[in-house]
Amino acid sequence: MVNITDQYYDVLREIGNIGAGNATTALSQMLNTRVDMAVPQVKLMEFKEVGTTMGGEEQLVAGIYLAVEGDITGSIMFIQKKESARNMVSKLMGMELQGDDFNELELSALKEIGNIITGAYLNSLSTLTNLCIYPSVPELCIDMAGAIMSVPAIEFGTIGDRILMIQTDFADDADMSGYFILMPDEVSYDKILKALGVG
Amino acid sequence: MAETFKVGIADLNVCSAPNMITTIGLGSCVGIAIRDPALRIGGLVHIMLPDSTQISGSSNLAKFADTGIEELVRLMERRGCSRWRMEAKIAGGAQMFAFRNKSELAGVGMRNVEASKSKLKALGIPLKAEDTGKDYGRTVVYYPENGNYEIRAVGKSIIII
Repeated sequence: MVNITDQYYDVLREIGNIGAGNATTALSQMLNTRVDMAVPQVKLMEFKEVGTTMGGEEQLVAGIYLAVEGDITGSIMFIQKKESARNMVSKLMGMELQGDDFNELELSALKEIGNIITGAYLNSLSTLTNLCIYPSVPELCIDMAGAIMSVPAIEFGTIGDRILMIQTDFADDADMSGYFILMPDEVSYDKILKALGVG
Repeated sequence: MAETFKVGIADLNVCSAPNMITTIGLGSCVGIAIRDPALRIGGLVHIMLPDSTQISGSSNLAKFADTGIEELVRLMERRGCSRWRMEAKIAGGAQMFAFRNKSELAGVGMRNVEASKSKLKALGIPLKAEDTGKDYGRTVVYYPENGNYEIRAVGKSIIII
Protein backbone atom coordinates (compact mmCIF):
# COMPACT_ATOMS: atom_id res chain seq x y z
CA MET A 1 0.00 0.00 0.00
CA VAL A 2 2.77 2.42 0.95
CA ASN A 3 4.70 1.74 -2.25
CA ILE A 4 1.67 2.09 -4.47
CA THR A 5 0.89 5.43 -2.91
CA ASP A 6 4.46 6.68 -3.28
CA GLN A 7 4.58 5.67 -6.91
CA TYR A 8 1.21 7.29 -7.43
CA TYR A 9 2.44 10.59 -6.07
CA ASP A 10 5.60 10.37 -8.19
CA VAL A 11 3.56 9.97 -11.35
CA LEU A 12 1.29 12.88 -10.48
CA ARG A 13 4.34 14.99 -9.79
CA GLU A 14 5.83 14.34 -13.21
CA ILE A 15 2.59 15.01 -15.00
CA GLY A 16 2.27 18.18 -12.96
CA ASN A 17 5.62 19.50 -14.11
CA ILE A 18 4.84 19.02 -17.77
CA GLY A 19 1.27 20.23 -17.46
CA ALA A 20 2.26 23.46 -15.78
CA GLY A 21 4.60 24.22 -18.67
CA ASN A 22 1.83 23.77 -21.19
CA ALA A 23 -0.52 25.86 -19.12
CA THR A 24 1.96 28.72 -19.15
CA THR A 25 2.09 28.70 -22.93
CA ALA A 26 -1.70 28.68 -23.12
CA LEU A 27 -1.99 31.52 -20.64
CA SER A 28 0.56 33.55 -22.54
CA GLN A 29 -1.41 33.11 -25.78
CA MET A 30 -4.69 33.97 -24.14
CA LEU A 31 -3.41 37.09 -22.43
CA ASN A 32 -1.38 37.97 -25.49
CA THR A 33 1.58 38.76 -23.35
CA ARG A 34 4.76 37.08 -22.29
CA VAL A 35 4.22 34.97 -19.21
CA ASP A 36 7.15 33.50 -17.38
CA MET A 37 6.85 30.51 -15.20
CA ALA A 38 8.93 29.67 -12.20
CA VAL A 39 9.80 25.98 -11.93
CA PRO A 40 6.63 24.45 -10.53
CA GLN A 41 6.96 23.34 -6.96
CA VAL A 42 5.40 20.06 -6.15
CA LYS A 43 4.25 19.79 -2.60
CA LEU A 44 3.07 16.68 -0.91
CA MET A 45 1.23 17.84 2.15
CA GLU A 46 -0.61 16.51 5.13
CA PHE A 47 -4.24 17.58 5.09
CA LYS A 48 -3.65 19.80 8.10
CA GLU A 49 -1.06 21.93 6.30
CA VAL A 50 -3.19 22.59 3.26
CA GLY A 51 -4.99 25.66 4.55
CA THR A 52 -1.80 27.35 5.67
CA THR A 53 -0.30 26.97 2.22
CA MET A 54 -3.06 29.05 0.71
CA GLY A 55 -2.47 31.80 3.27
CA GLY A 56 -4.72 30.48 6.02
CA GLU A 57 -7.90 28.42 5.98
CA GLU A 58 -10.01 31.55 5.88
CA GLN A 59 -8.19 33.14 2.94
CA LEU A 60 -10.66 33.76 0.13
CA VAL A 61 -9.76 31.65 -2.85
CA ALA A 62 -11.23 30.86 -6.24
CA GLY A 63 -11.39 27.21 -7.16
CA ILE A 64 -12.14 25.92 -10.63
CA TYR A 65 -13.10 22.31 -10.74
CA LEU A 66 -13.56 19.99 -13.70
CA ALA A 67 -14.58 16.40 -13.87
CA VAL A 68 -12.50 14.30 -16.25
CA GLU A 69 -13.96 11.59 -18.44
CA GLY A 70 -12.84 9.33 -21.26
CA ASP A 71 -10.16 6.64 -20.89
CA ILE A 72 -9.51 7.87 -17.40
CA THR A 73 -11.86 9.43 -14.89
CA GLY A 74 -11.25 11.76 -12.01
CA SER A 75 -11.06 15.48 -11.58
CA ILE A 76 -8.73 18.43 -11.75
CA MET A 77 -8.73 21.66 -9.80
CA PHE A 78 -7.01 24.97 -10.26
CA ILE A 79 -7.06 27.05 -7.12
CA GLN A 80 -5.73 30.53 -6.52
CA LYS A 81 -6.06 33.33 -4.03
CA LYS A 82 -8.90 35.68 -4.86
CA GLU A 83 -6.39 38.46 -5.49
CA SER A 84 -4.48 36.38 -8.04
CA ALA A 85 -7.73 35.50 -9.74
CA ARG A 86 -8.65 39.18 -9.91
CA ASN A 87 -5.26 40.00 -11.43
CA MET A 88 -5.73 37.39 -14.12
CA VAL A 89 -9.25 38.50 -14.98
CA SER A 90 -8.19 42.11 -15.09
CA LYS A 91 -5.36 41.16 -17.46
CA LEU A 92 -7.67 39.19 -19.71
CA MET A 93 -10.29 41.93 -19.87
CA GLY A 94 -7.70 44.67 -20.25
CA MET A 95 -9.05 46.82 -17.45
CA GLU A 96 -9.01 47.31 -13.72
CA LEU A 97 -11.78 45.53 -11.84
CA GLN A 98 -14.20 47.61 -9.81
CA GLY A 99 -15.24 46.74 -6.28
CA ASP A 100 -14.25 43.68 -4.30
CA ASP A 101 -16.34 41.00 -5.89
CA PHE A 102 -16.57 39.58 -9.36
CA ASN A 103 -19.50 40.56 -11.56
CA GLU A 104 -21.09 38.04 -13.87
CA LEU A 105 -18.87 38.85 -16.83
CA GLU A 106 -15.75 38.62 -14.69
CA LEU A 107 -16.87 35.29 -13.24
CA SER A 108 -17.34 33.94 -16.69
CA ALA A 109 -13.89 35.22 -17.68
CA LEU A 110 -12.44 33.49 -14.65
CA LYS A 111 -14.10 30.21 -15.63
CA GLU A 112 -12.63 30.57 -19.09
CA ILE A 113 -9.16 31.11 -17.69
CA GLY A 114 -9.57 28.00 -15.56
CA ASN A 115 -10.83 26.11 -18.55
CA ILE A 116 -7.82 27.00 -20.67
CA ILE A 117 -5.24 26.41 -17.97
CA THR A 118 -6.64 23.06 -16.88
CA GLY A 119 -7.22 22.13 -20.52
CA ALA A 120 -3.55 22.68 -21.30
CA TYR A 121 -2.67 20.62 -18.30
CA LEU A 122 -4.90 17.74 -19.33
CA ASN A 123 -3.54 17.93 -22.87
CA SER A 124 -0.07 17.16 -21.64
CA LEU A 125 -1.41 14.24 -19.66
CA SER A 126 -3.24 12.99 -22.71
CA THR A 127 -0.22 13.35 -24.99
CA LEU A 128 2.06 11.71 -22.47
CA THR A 129 -0.17 8.70 -21.98
CA ASN A 130 -1.94 8.45 -25.34
CA LEU A 131 -5.20 8.28 -23.47
CA CYS A 132 -8.36 10.16 -24.41
CA ILE A 133 -9.30 12.67 -21.74
CA TYR A 134 -12.35 14.90 -21.86
CA PRO A 135 -12.86 17.64 -19.33
CA SER A 136 -16.37 18.63 -18.23
CA VAL A 137 -17.71 22.17 -18.07
CA PRO A 138 -15.79 24.00 -15.31
CA GLU A 139 -17.46 24.73 -11.98
CA LEU A 140 -16.35 27.78 -10.08
CA CYS A 141 -16.51 28.43 -6.36
CA ILE A 142 -15.19 31.34 -4.35
CA ASP A 143 -15.02 30.68 -0.62
CA MET A 144 -12.68 30.01 2.31
CA ALA A 145 -9.55 28.06 1.36
CA GLY A 146 -10.28 25.37 3.92
CA ALA A 147 -13.75 24.74 2.53
CA ILE A 148 -12.66 24.59 -1.08
CA MET A 149 -9.63 22.45 -0.31
CA SER A 150 -11.87 19.98 1.46
CA VAL A 151 -13.09 18.83 -1.95
CA PRO A 152 -9.72 17.56 -3.29
CA ALA A 153 -8.71 16.52 0.24
CA ILE A 154 -11.70 14.20 0.36
CA GLU A 155 -10.79 12.71 -3.01
CA PHE A 156 -7.21 12.12 -1.91
CA GLY A 157 -8.61 10.94 1.41
CA THR A 158 -9.86 7.78 -0.23
CA ILE A 159 -6.30 6.72 -1.11
CA GLY A 160 -4.08 8.25 1.54
CA ASP A 161 -3.49 10.94 4.10
CA ARG A 162 -1.64 13.39 1.93
CA ILE A 163 -2.50 15.66 -0.95
CA LEU A 164 -0.32 16.57 -3.90
CA MET A 165 -0.36 20.19 -4.99
CA ILE A 166 1.59 21.70 -7.84
CA GLN A 167 2.36 25.32 -7.19
CA THR A 168 2.66 27.35 -10.35
CA ASP A 169 3.86 30.93 -10.40
CA PHE A 170 2.85 32.62 -13.59
CA ALA A 171 5.21 35.50 -13.22
CA ASP A 172 4.20 38.94 -14.34
CA ASP A 173 4.16 42.30 -12.62
CA ALA A 174 1.10 41.14 -10.69
CA ASP A 175 0.64 37.96 -8.68
CA MET A 176 -1.01 35.30 -10.80
CA SER A 177 0.09 32.21 -8.97
CA GLY A 178 -2.05 29.21 -8.32
CA TYR A 179 -2.10 25.51 -7.58
CA PHE A 180 -3.02 22.53 -9.70
CA ILE A 181 -4.46 19.49 -8.09
CA LEU A 182 -4.92 16.45 -10.27
CA MET A 183 -7.05 13.64 -8.92
CA PRO A 184 -7.39 10.57 -11.09
CA ASP A 185 -9.46 7.90 -9.39
CA GLU A 186 -7.86 4.62 -8.39
CA VAL A 187 -8.74 2.68 -11.54
CA SER A 188 -7.47 5.47 -13.75
CA TYR A 189 -4.25 5.63 -11.85
CA ASP A 190 -3.46 2.08 -12.96
CA LYS A 191 -4.26 3.02 -16.53
CA ILE A 192 -1.96 6.04 -16.35
CA LEU A 193 0.87 3.92 -14.96
CA LYS A 194 0.39 1.29 -17.66
CA ALA A 195 0.27 3.91 -20.39
CA LEU A 196 3.52 5.34 -19.11
CA GLY A 197 5.04 1.88 -19.06
CA VAL A 198 5.62 1.70 -15.34
CA GLY A 199 2.53 -0.28 -14.36
CA MET B 1 -8.18 34.00 30.08
CA ALA B 2 -10.06 31.62 27.85
CA GLU B 3 -8.10 29.82 25.21
CA THR B 4 -9.21 28.67 21.76
CA PHE B 5 -8.24 25.15 20.78
CA LYS B 6 -7.82 24.56 17.07
CA VAL B 7 -8.89 21.47 15.21
CA GLY B 8 -7.54 20.85 11.69
CA ILE B 9 -9.00 18.78 8.89
CA ALA B 10 -9.29 15.10 9.88
CA ASP B 11 -8.43 16.08 13.42
CA LEU B 12 -10.06 16.25 16.86
CA ASN B 13 -9.57 17.81 20.25
CA VAL B 14 -11.21 18.17 23.65
CA CYS B 15 -11.31 21.18 25.99
CA SER B 16 -13.14 22.38 29.07
CA ALA B 17 -14.95 25.67 29.76
CA PRO B 18 -14.27 28.57 29.61
CA ASN B 19 -12.03 27.52 26.72
CA MET B 20 -13.51 27.04 23.30
CA ILE B 21 -12.73 24.89 20.34
CA THR B 22 -12.74 25.85 16.67
CA THR B 23 -12.28 24.47 13.20
CA ILE B 24 -11.86 26.72 10.19
CA GLY B 25 -13.30 26.29 6.73
CA LEU B 26 -15.57 23.27 6.85
CA GLY B 27 -16.57 22.48 3.27
CA SER B 28 -17.99 19.06 2.52
CA CYS B 29 -16.47 17.94 5.80
CA VAL B 30 -18.58 17.84 8.94
CA GLY B 31 -17.69 19.28 12.34
CA ILE B 32 -19.27 17.26 15.13
CA ALA B 33 -19.31 19.00 18.50
CA ILE B 34 -20.09 17.00 21.63
CA ARG B 35 -20.20 18.10 25.25
CA ASP B 36 -21.00 16.89 28.71
CA PRO B 37 -23.06 19.78 30.12
CA ALA B 38 -22.46 18.73 33.72
CA LEU B 39 -18.67 18.84 33.47
CA ARG B 40 -18.71 21.52 30.77
CA ILE B 41 -16.14 19.57 28.79
CA GLY B 42 -16.57 19.61 25.05
CA GLY B 43 -14.90 18.21 21.98
CA LEU B 44 -14.88 18.69 18.25
CA VAL B 45 -14.02 16.33 15.43
CA HIS B 46 -13.58 17.46 11.82
CA ILE B 47 -14.34 14.43 9.63
CA MET B 48 -13.80 14.13 5.87
CA LEU B 49 -15.40 10.87 4.85
CA PRO B 50 -18.43 8.94 6.03
CA ASP B 51 -17.22 5.39 6.44
CA SER B 52 -13.87 3.94 7.50
CA THR B 53 -14.85 0.44 6.40
CA GLN B 54 -14.97 1.55 2.75
CA ILE B 55 -11.35 2.61 2.74
CA SER B 56 -8.28 0.63 3.60
CA GLY B 57 -4.91 1.77 4.82
CA SER B 58 -5.75 4.83 6.86
CA SER B 59 -4.70 5.05 10.46
CA ASN B 60 -6.23 8.45 11.12
CA LEU B 61 -9.37 7.82 13.13
CA ALA B 62 -10.50 11.46 12.92
CA LYS B 63 -10.84 11.22 9.15
CA PHE B 64 -14.08 9.25 9.22
CA ALA B 65 -17.48 9.91 10.76
CA ASP B 66 -17.76 6.47 12.37
CA THR B 67 -14.29 6.17 13.90
CA GLY B 68 -13.91 9.91 14.51
CA ILE B 69 -17.01 10.24 16.68
CA GLU B 70 -16.13 7.03 18.53
CA GLU B 71 -12.64 8.31 19.27
CA LEU B 72 -13.91 11.71 20.42
CA VAL B 73 -16.38 10.07 22.79
CA ARG B 74 -13.64 7.77 24.08
CA LEU B 75 -11.31 10.72 24.79
CA MET B 76 -14.11 12.58 26.56
CA GLU B 77 -14.98 9.55 28.67
CA ARG B 78 -11.34 9.30 29.63
CA ARG B 79 -11.66 12.80 31.02
CA GLY B 80 -14.59 11.73 33.12
CA CYS B 81 -17.48 12.64 30.82
CA SER B 82 -20.51 10.43 30.91
CA ARG B 83 -21.99 9.09 27.68
CA TRP B 84 -25.59 9.38 28.84
CA ARG B 85 -25.20 13.10 29.56
CA MET B 86 -23.57 13.90 26.22
CA GLU B 87 -25.25 16.05 23.59
CA ALA B 88 -24.14 16.90 20.06
CA LYS B 89 -24.42 19.56 17.38
CA ILE B 90 -23.17 19.28 13.83
CA ALA B 91 -22.30 21.69 11.01
CA GLY B 92 -20.88 21.44 7.49
CA GLY B 93 -21.52 18.89 4.78
CA ALA B 94 -21.86 21.51 2.04
CA GLN B 95 -21.67 20.82 -1.65
CA MET B 96 -19.01 23.30 -2.75
CA PHE B 97 -19.21 22.66 -6.47
CA ALA B 98 -22.31 21.99 -8.51
CA PHE B 99 -21.13 18.73 -10.04
CA ARG B 100 -23.47 17.77 -12.79
CA ASN B 101 -22.11 14.41 -13.74
CA LYS B 102 -20.18 13.05 -10.80
CA SER B 103 -22.89 11.76 -8.56
CA GLU B 104 -20.67 9.84 -6.15
CA LEU B 105 -18.63 12.86 -5.14
CA ALA B 106 -21.51 15.27 -5.35
CA GLY B 107 -23.14 13.57 -2.42
CA VAL B 108 -20.16 13.30 -0.11
CA GLY B 109 -21.24 16.29 2.03
CA MET B 110 -24.68 14.84 2.53
CA ARG B 111 -23.30 11.37 3.15
CA ASN B 112 -20.96 12.80 5.78
CA VAL B 113 -23.95 14.38 7.51
CA GLU B 114 -25.99 11.17 7.38
CA ALA B 115 -23.11 9.05 8.64
CA SER B 116 -22.48 11.47 11.54
CA LYS B 117 -26.13 11.38 12.55
CA SER B 118 -26.39 7.63 12.47
CA LYS B 119 -23.18 7.21 14.48
CA LEU B 120 -24.47 9.62 17.14
CA LYS B 121 -27.73 7.74 17.22
CA ALA B 122 -25.94 4.42 17.59
CA LEU B 123 -24.01 5.82 20.55
CA GLY B 124 -27.19 7.21 22.07
CA ILE B 125 -26.05 10.84 21.91
CA PRO B 126 -28.90 13.24 21.08
CA LEU B 127 -28.43 15.71 18.22
CA LYS B 128 -29.45 19.11 19.59
CA ALA B 129 -29.04 21.19 16.45
CA GLU B 130 -27.49 21.26 13.00
CA ASP B 131 -26.53 23.63 10.23
CA THR B 132 -25.69 21.44 7.28
CA GLY B 133 -25.78 21.20 3.50
CA LYS B 134 -26.07 24.21 1.15
CA ASP B 135 -23.13 25.36 -0.94
CA TYR B 136 -20.78 27.41 1.21
CA GLY B 137 -17.96 26.89 3.68
CA ARG B 138 -18.34 27.34 7.43
CA THR B 139 -16.02 28.25 10.27
CA VAL B 140 -17.29 27.03 13.63
CA VAL B 141 -16.56 27.76 17.28
CA TYR B 142 -17.91 25.52 20.03
CA TYR B 143 -18.38 26.66 23.63
CA PRO B 144 -18.47 23.77 26.12
CA GLU B 145 -19.63 26.36 28.68
CA ASN B 146 -23.18 26.61 27.29
CA GLY B 147 -23.13 24.38 24.21
CA ASN B 148 -23.33 27.29 21.79
CA TYR B 149 -22.11 26.42 18.33
CA GLU B 150 -21.18 29.57 16.44
CA ILE B 151 -21.13 29.41 12.65
CA ARG B 152 -19.52 31.92 10.33
CA ALA B 153 -19.63 31.95 6.54
CA VAL B 154 -18.32 34.33 3.89
CA GLY B 155 -20.72 37.20 3.25
CA LYS B 156 -23.23 35.98 5.86
CA SER B 157 -23.98 37.02 9.40
CA ILE B 158 -22.86 34.83 12.29
CA ILE B 159 -25.43 32.33 13.49
CA ILE B 160 -25.51 30.43 16.75
CA ILE B 161 -27.19 27.06 17.00
